[in-house]
Amino acid sequence: MSSATMSEDSIQTLARPKRWHILVFLLPAFIIYSTVMILPLVETLRLSLFNTVDGQSTFVGLANFQMLFGEERWAADFWRALKNNFIFFAIHMLVQNPVGIALAAMLSIPKLRLATFYRTAIFLPTLLSFVIVGFIWKLILSPIWGITPFFMDLVGLKSFFAPWLGKPGSALIAVSLISVWQNIGIPMMLIYAALLNIPDEVIEAAECDGVTGWSQFWKIKLPLVLPAIGMVSILTFVGNFNAFDLIYTVQGALAGPDGSTDILGTLLYRTFFGFQLQLGDRSMGATIATVMFLIILAGVSLYLFGIQRRVRRYQF
Amino acid sequence: MTRTTLKGLLLASSILGSAGLANAEDVTLTIESWRNDDLTIWQEKLIPAFEAKNPGIKVKFAPTAPTEYNAALNAKLDAGSAGDLITCRPFDPSLAVFEKGHLASLNDLPGMENFTPVAKSAWTTDDGKTTFCVPMASVIHGFIYNKDAFDTLGIAVPTTEAEFFAALDKIKADGTYIPLAMGTKDLWEAATMGYQNIGPTYWKGEEGRAALIKGEQKLTDAPWVEPFKVLAKWKDYLGDGFEAQTYPDSQNLFTLGRAAIYPAGSWEIGLFNTQAQFKMGAFPPPVKSAGDTCYISDHNDIGVGLNAKSAHPEEAKKFLSWVASPEFADIYANSLPGFFSLNSTPVKMNDPLAQEFVSWREKCKPTIRSTYQILSRGTPNLENETWVASANVINGTETPEAAAEKLQKGLDSWYKPAK
Repeated sequence: MSSATMSEDSIQTLARPKRWHILVFLLPAFIIYSTVMILPLVETLRLSLFNTVDGQSTFVGLANFQMLFGEERWAADFWRALKNNFIFFAIHMLVQNPVGIALAAMLSIPKLRLATFYRTAIFLPTLLSFVIVGFIWKLILSPIWGITPFFMDLVGLKSFFAPWLGKPGSALIAVSLISVWQNIGIPMMLIYAALLNIPDEVIEAAECDGVTGWSQFWKIKLPLVLPAIGMVSILTFVGNFNAFDLIYTVQGALAGPDGSTDILGTLLYRTFFGFQLQLGDRSMGATIATVMFLIILAGVSLYLFGIQRRVRRYQF
Repeated sequence: MTRTTLKGLLLASSILGSAGLANAEDVTLTIESWRNDDLTIWQEKLIPAFEAKNPGIKVKFAPTAPTEYNAALNAKLDAGSAGDLITCRPFDPSLAVFEKGHLASLNDLPGMENFTPVAKSAWTTDDGKTTFCVPMASVIHGFIYNKDAFDTLGIAVPTTEAEFFAALDKIKADGTYIPLAMGTKDLWEAATMGYQNIGPTYWKGEEGRAALIKGEQKLTDAPWVEPFKVLAKWKDYLGDGFEAQTYPDSQNLFTLGRAAIYPAGSWEIGLFNTQAQFKMGAFPPPVKSAGDTCYISDHNDIGVGLNAKSAHPEEAKKFLSWVASPEFADIYANSLPGFFSLNSTPVKMNDPLAQEFVSWREKCKPTIRSTYQILSRGTPNLENETWVASANVINGTETPEAAAEKLQKGLDSWYKPAK
C-alpha cells in the first residue's frame, strides 16, 4: 500500500505548478481554428450588417435581412431556394438513409459472400470528386449520347425516358438522386459499424426467445443503432443545407431549368460572387450565408436538445 | 552569394524595381482571360510575335473558365493578386472594375487612335471621356449550316422568316438531320444564340436598343415579344431531349453532321473548321419579309486593359500599344477566325466562313446585344433573367408574353430611364 500512497503524493506535488504546457499545446490548434473557422464566421456575420452606401461600407443594422425577406424578388428567390433545399433534404432522408440502413443490414448478414466487395463498391462513389460524379451522370442521363435511353430501350421502357435534368418538374429529383447515389456510402458505413457493435450475446438471447429474421431486425437491431441513425440524419441535414457543388457542376450556377434546382448554396454563390453580367454583392451574400448558418444552427440545436438527449443508449 | 551582394540586390530591387527600371531580369506580364480555347494561339503565335520585338518582356497567358472568370477576376483584383493585363468583358462588368479603381485609363495610350468610338463604346465611361480597355475583337451572330445537307435536300439558303421555317420543315420531313442544333440546358444558348441572334431584326437593332434604354420602348412591346414568339416555334425543330442538351452537345451534334443548322456566334468558326468533315456555309438572321433591312448582332466582345496596380505599367503599356496595332489585328483575326478585329485598318481574312460573316457588316445594320449596356446593372440582372426566360419560352413552360412581362417587371424594379 505504501507505494500507492507515495505515487499519489508525487502526483499531487506534480500537479501544483501551473501547467503551461497545456496552453502551449492547445495554442497552435486554437490559432489555426480561429483564423480559418471562427474569424471568417464572425466576419461573415459582421458583413451581413453592412452594406455599401454611396461607395462607403456603412453599418445598416438589419436592413439587408429586411431586403432579403421584404423585397418581393429577393424573398421569392430565397423561399424558392429554401423550399428546394427542403425537398433536397427530404429525398436524402427518404431514400439515402433507409437504403443505407438496408444495405448495412444486408452487409452484416454473416453468411453473405463477397461482402467486402459490395462494401467497397458501394462506398467508392463517395470517394469520387463531385465534378466527376456530376460529369458522368450528365453523360449517363444525356438524351443524345447517354446510355440510359439505350438501356431503357432494351427493356422496352424507352417511352418512359425523358430529359430529366432539363425538365423543371424532374430536375431537382434527378439531382437529389445523383447526390444520394454518391453519398449513400456514408450512412451505410456508419450504420454497418453500429450493427457490428451489437454483441453476439444479445442476438443469441433474442434467438433463444424466438425473435429471428425481420422481427429481430425491427425489435433488436434497429433500436440499438438508433443513435447512429440520429447521427447520420444530422450529418445529412448539415450536408444538404450546405450543398452547392453537385448542383453547380450538373446544372450550372443559375441552377436551371427556370431555377428549379436552385438551393441556398447556389443562391449564395450567385449573390456573393456574381454570375456572368451580374456583379457580386458581398453584403447580400453574407446575409444569405448568415441565414443559412442560422437554419443549420437551429436544426442542429433541435437535434441536440430535443432528440439526442432522449435517445436511449444501451450499455453492454 | 555573399551577404553584401544579397543586401545590394535587395536594395536595388526595392529602389529600381519600383521605378520599373530593373533591367537585369526579364519582366513577366500575366494576362487574365476567360478564353481558355485560345491558349495555344497566344502561346504559339501572338506572344512570340510580341516577345521577338520586345526583348526583356515575357508574357504569360493565364485563362480561367469562362463562367467563373468575372467572379474570379473580381476576387483576385480585390486581393491584389490579379495579373498585369486584364481581358475585359464588354460593358458593365469592366466598367464596374474600372470604377473600383482596378483598371487604368488608357486615353493617352499610343495606338488608341486606331479605333472608332463605336469600337471603344464597350469600354468607355458613360460620359464618353475615359476609355479603359483596348478593343480586341467582336463576334457576329448568325446561322451556320451544313452545306452538304442543304445540297442533298435541295434547300436554298433562307433569307426570310417564312423561308427559314419552310427549310426547317423540309429537313424535319426528310428525317436524316435534326433541323436545329440547340439545347436549353445551359440557358445561355437559348438567350445568346436564340433571342439575341434573331432579336435585332424585330426591334430594329440600335434603334430599338436605344429606345429601350431611354424608356421609350418596353420589353412587353411587340418588337421585343416577337422574337420570343419565333423562338417558341423553334421547339419543334430541336433534337430529342433538347431540354437536357448542353452547349457542347449542340456543337458536337452539328460537327458530327447530325444536325443541319446551328444558331451560331462567329466564335464557333475556328472549332467547327477543325472538327466538321463537311462543307459549311452561313446566313444572317432571316428578315420578316423579303426586302427588309437586315440587322445583325456585331457584339464587342473582348478588350484588354491594364491593372492599375501592375508592378510593370510601362511594359504593360508597350504590350497594349502592340495589341492596338494593325499587326496584332492581322495575326489575331487570322488565327482566330470568327473574332473580328475592331481596328479601323481593314484586315484581310483567309477563312471563307469568317469572310461570309464579316461581309454582312456591309449589307446589314449592326447592333450589340440588347441587355449588355446599362440594363444589366441592377438586381435582378436582365441578362441572366433573359437566359432563363428564353429557355422557358423554348421549353414551352412559359408563354412569350409572360416571359416578356416578367423581364420588364424585373427591369422596372430598379431601372429608371433618364427622362
